[in-house]
Amino acid sequence: MSNQAQAAPLLRVNDIHVYYGAIHAIKGISLEVHENEIVTLIGANGAGKSTTLNTIAGLLRPRQGTIEMGGAPIQGVSASKMVFRGLALCPEGRRIFQQMTVRENLEMGAYSRPASEIDASLTEMFQRFPRLKEREKQIAGTLSGGEQQMLAMARALMSKPKLLMLDEPSMGLAPILVEQIFDIVTELHQSGVTILLVEQNAQMALRVADRAYVMETGVITMQGDAEALLHNDAVQKAYLGS
Amino acid sequence: MTAFLRFLINGVSLGSVYAIIALGYTMVYGIAKMLNFAHGDVIMVGAYIAFCGLQYWGFPPVAAILAAMVVCTVLGVTIEGLAYRPLRQAPSLAVLITAIGMSYLLQNVALMIWGANPKSFPQTFINSSTWNIGEMSISSATVITILANIVIMIGLTLFTAKTKMGKAMRCVSEDRGAAELMGINVNRTISATFAIGSALAAIAGVLLCSSYPILQPTTGSMPGIKAFTAAVFGGIGSIPGAMIGGVLLGVIEILGKAYISTEVGDAIVFAVLIVVLLVKPSGLLGKPVREKV
Repeated sequence: MSNQAQAAPLLRVNDIHVYYGAIHAIKGISLEVHENEIVTLIGANGAGKSTTLNTIAGLLRPRQGTIEMGGAPIQGVSASKMVFRGLALCPEGRRIFQQMTVRENLEMGAYSRPASEIDASLTEMFQRFPRLKEREKQIAGTLSGGEQQMLAMARALMSKPKLLMLDEPSMGLAPILVEQIFDIVTELHQSGVTILLVEQNAQMALRVADRAYVMETGVITMQGDAEALLHNDAVQKAYLGS
Repeated sequence: MTAFLRFLINGVSLGSVYAIIALGYTMVYGIAKMLNFAHGDVIMVGAYIAFCGLQYWGFPPVAAILAAMVVCTVLGVTIEGLAYRPLRQAPSLAVLITAIGMSYLLQNVALMIWGANPKSFPQTFINSSTWNIGEMSISSATVITILANIVIMIGLTLFTAKTKMGKAMRCVSEDRGAAELMGINVNRTISATFAIGSALAAIAGVLLCSSYPILQPTTGSMPGIKAFTAAVFGGIGSIPGAMIGGVLLGVIEILGKAYISTEVGDAIVFAVLIVVLLVKPSGLLGKPVREKV
């Protein structure tokens, strides 16, 4: 038995069902993320990956099922309280505050924390993302796509989350930038951040992840070790284009 | 020349009242994404409370103004909580109709309490003196209104730029969902916006009635509509836009009435709005938001 199996998971999603009006978008999904793990949720467009993340983050409510964080139920907790419980979502499409400066965006990321701790975290982010330091006073809307993605991730990290959820961080970026973003994800993982990563770029996601779940139209169809899934025939045919 | 200067100053003063009212419209629109058409009537309520304080309760002027601000703040937050919050997910048309209904409700309640007869707003330190500069005479109400506008504008600009609540308001205004993810309580932020807008409406009510001392249940509606126009004119959602829009509108209105025609003065105001919107649909300072891919 490994330690992972014995320790209670940081996040446990148990058989959740989510509806958009009459549309049954998530049909009973269960997943777990353990401390210091990087878990990825892959699948085609419209499989319900983002819906799952948004539900965990409290932006959507499951009609059925439970979500636990560190053993405490969090389903039904509003999104604005979630960050106080150590959960940060870096949303799809980045959603940075375009009209605010880079620094202000980062400060807003630390909204849930006491003002006295913000400066230390800012210094840390500027060390990790030197590009953001260069652009500190710039209006965020004028940054390039890759820089905006870095800002979105740094903003989420400013809350010092126990669990960082990344929704399609590579979306719309040039291949070289995609590499860079995944390098950052790996670095974050190495420095001890627990990550739940949603990606359409299955190849890259499976390379950086420890474990993976494959989603298809609202259900999980496969799960397991990321390395094994990367070489799994069915996964290769469906998502890796080979 | 003297006459022109006097008109100009009066225009800036009237425009300052519009600007203070327009701030309420523009902040609520920017943050809650709704047009609060009851805002003009909150001004009227503020003026009535100040009137009662001065006339019946023997309040000193400052206390009467503070009482008006407190009552309007509570009123604004209550209106938002009872009438608008339940409609947060509703189509904007439903919210708009509710706001119009709320406007009539306030007017009719005022009619019930204070009657239809116009009240004459009492004299206070605001409008008690007149200064002569050369051949021109300026009333203290004019000067105080302009000063109040400047102070409020600087105060609000600093508030939104520096304070935690002010920054939270800017976040909610830009992206409500992302703001929630930061841990910002959107409902509380919207309440605070209504509180500030309504307190400013009370000040605007007192200033308006100090210059034009006739108070009746419909006192707030025309200035409310014009201030809304001013907010759109300046670029709705923009705080400096509300100031520029308000002042320009006041100046255009007074000059139009003085030099073109008293009867169509209001029409001129709205004609200018139409022209501005044809040339620049987002208003003078409004910026079209572009998405970066």
